[in-house]
Amino acid sequence: MERKAIFSAKVGLLFLAPALIFVAVFLLYPFVRVFMLSFTNQTLLGATAPNPDWVGLDNYQRLFDPDRWMRLGEFGSSLKITARFVIGSALIGQVGLGLLIAWAFYRKKGFLREAVYTLVILAWIIPETVVAFTWVAFLDWEFGTLNAVLEAIGLGSPDWLFNHPLESIILFNSWRGAAFSMLLFSSALETIPPSYIETAEVVGANAWQKFRDIFFPLLRGHILTDLILITLWTFNVFTPFLLTGGGPVRRTELVSIYTYRTAFQGQHEFGKGGAIAVVMMLINFSLAIVYLLMIRRRRVEA
Amino acid sequence: MSKSRLALTVLLALSLALGAVGLATPALAQDDPVHLTFTCRCVEGGVNNNLVVWLKTYVFPNFEEMMAAQGREVTVELVEFGGSDEQLKEQYALDLSVGSGYDLMSFDGFWVPEFVGAGLLEPLEEVAGPVVNEWDGWNHISPGIQEILSYQGQVYGIPAGTDVRQIFYRTDLFEQAGIEVPWQPTSWDEVLETARTLKEAGVQVPIQLNAGTPMGEATTMQGYFMALLGAGHHLYDFEQNKWIVSSPGILDTLNLYKTIYVDEELGDARMQLLQDGRNRSFVEFRDSNIGMLVEGDWFWRSVIVPGSETGIENRNEVVSWAMMPAKEPGAGFNGQDFVSISGGTGYLINPNTEHPQEAWEFLAYMSDRDAVRAFELIQPRISFRDDVEVAGDAEMTAMAAALLPYTTVRPMLPEYPLVSTELQLMTERVVSGEMSPEEAMQAFDDAVTEIVGEENVLRIPIE
Repeated sequence: MERKAIFSAKVGLLFLAPALIFVAVFLLYPFVRVFMLSFTNQTLLGATAPNPDWVGLDNYQRLFDPDRWMRLGEFGSSLKITARFVIGSALIGQVGLGLLIAWAFYRKKGFLREAVYTLVILAWIIPETVVAFTWVAFLDWEFGTLNAVLEAIGLGSPDWLFNHPLESIILFNSWRGAAFSMLLFSSALETIPPSYIETAEVVGANAWQKFRDIFFPLLRGHILTDLILITLWTFNVFTPFLLTGGGPVRRTELVSIYTYRTAFQGQHEFGKGGAIAVVMMLINFSLAIVYLLMIRRRRVEA
Repeated sequence: MSKSRLALTVLLALSLALGAVGLATPALAQDDPVHLTFTCRCVEGGVNNNLVVWLKTYVFPNFEEMMAAQGREVTVELVEFGGSDEQLKEQYALDLSVGSGYDLMSFDGFWVPEFVGAGLLEPLEEVAGPVVNEWDGWNHISPGIQEILSYQGQVYGIPAGTDVRQIFYRTDLFEQAGIEVPWQPTSWDEVLETARTLKEAGVQVPIQLNAGTPMGEATTMQGYFMALLGAGHHLYDFEQNKWIVSSPGILDTLNLYKTIYVDEELGDARMQLLQDGRNRSFVEFRDSNIGMLVEGDWFWRSVIVPGSETGIENRNEVVSWAMMPAKEPGAGFNGQDFVSISGGTGYLINPNTEHPQEAWEFLAYMSDRDAVRAFELIQPRISFRDDVEVAGDAEMTAMAAALLPYTTVRPMLPEYPLVSTELQLMTERVVSGEMSPEEAMQAFDDAVTEIVGEENVLRIPIE
């Protein structure tokens, strides 16, 4: 027997319409527009602003020009910097730190846990400009808190934002975003039946063995999900701009900052900016596809 | 038509109608009060404080009073912008491109071609009507000065003044190091020798010659051009209409940077590479840590003027200035012994303004002789009007007299700002040790050729 729908397909579509219109206006249209833009030499200022030309793949060729693209301040170099930033601050920093904190406070209660959780979550929810300002004050060479502390214990005063700019923004971003991983892992840990741990303890397993043989296998799925989500977010993050402006000498120019500089500074090269955006979108898409495939495989396994 | 489609149609029609009501503005009646907005890179107690003082104590109240006497209610509001020049330019580009922005805008002359090319500005005559040509002030602004806010024969605004560039030095540090003042070097070697002497005498930063992208146009004008012109070349060949992307002059300039920042560390490269470097250089000069600083006369009259944020209370006793020498006597641009370069700023009316008439009346009022004289009393500077003298600052008068004969200008072309950014990057690459002068010049050549096209570049062979 055919199941009778409550609404006709048309009415169903009507209900969907507001959402579809929003998606079309705010996602689909800009996407198509950026894609079209990337084949022109459209700028906001200068003669190419009112009369842009169709330049075909020119913008893409400029991005991938083998003679130049690995120079500091060019596309390839900013991709490389972004990759280091993602590995350092997302994979090692946020996921590692989040896992460590969640694991350290597993099945523990009390003031210390609440204090650490509150601080980590605060770092995550405070507005970006405020956070950036405090970090500039923290890292400043002459007047920064960090150097004041280091100097007091005789460790010298490195010029963080000048001589170690990439390390600085990696440290910053790890601190900034560890909360998400921590929350995800601590709720994932809750799902592990206490009997497993108790059994392990009875047979005399040490902390590392428990982690290796119980926590890790059971958390593997969560770790993967977390890794990919964090990677996606970190790939597109812009906040380090507030610390270093992409410098000095463009040593911290992440792809997001490179895009900003191309499309919204100087002559505002929308065409080239569009080409970068399309490449970025492709990279993001492939990350998202990996993520979706993994989710699906986990469902099948389950 | 099905019910659902009808519903959708009604919904769409309704929202369109609502939108239309929201967009339609009723025509303004003649006698409604007019509110004008005026913006500049100026902050009370901060950057360009003198401008704020002048606007708020003289221009705004007197203009409003004058209007009131005619029975018209016009108010002017100052919108202070505290960011950098580059950020202000970004703001203008975005505002104008969506048909919005403030009624009156302070504008740097070299931005004009780019904005006009993009169709974001209109000639003054078109914005405010032929009445602008009847203003008697034009007879007192020389054609050269009118050029500041002109492009391709059209005038886009009224200039506010021009400037010159030179070396400012701390006489207290010079005396401490046993260097005789007044001091006037005649070659780069002499400048470097002085810097070395200062260094030996323990001066923290003997010389600062602007470099790097964070300082933006300050690098181009106060740093690169001052050296390049001294090496006998310009950025642009005005006869062949080509950009010079490779020349012995560029190499000499980059090597000078290398000597100062990399080889001998006579200057502080860090200050040139960090985001707020220019303000740092002002503070360090104020605090007597910089011996020589190449800057424009704006530095003298606005940055270190007693009472400003980075002011030096006994400025005239501890600061003096010298002309920037060519590499060797006679080796400068046009065979000169000394070099300088001038820019200029002014004010434009936003083509999107709802009150072009009142905006023009305001602009004309603030550019009239009386108003400009009032400004001279607050901040003596090289005036744009031939009937207003520099008031009460002998140093300022001397700078103008000494340097205006040597000065030159930037090419007024839409590509200029892009080329300027590239040359800033070129200096940054050398100063940071990232590239050798030769590599940096090659990268500059590549980038500029891509911007302006192979047919518009000129390469002067290096012997």
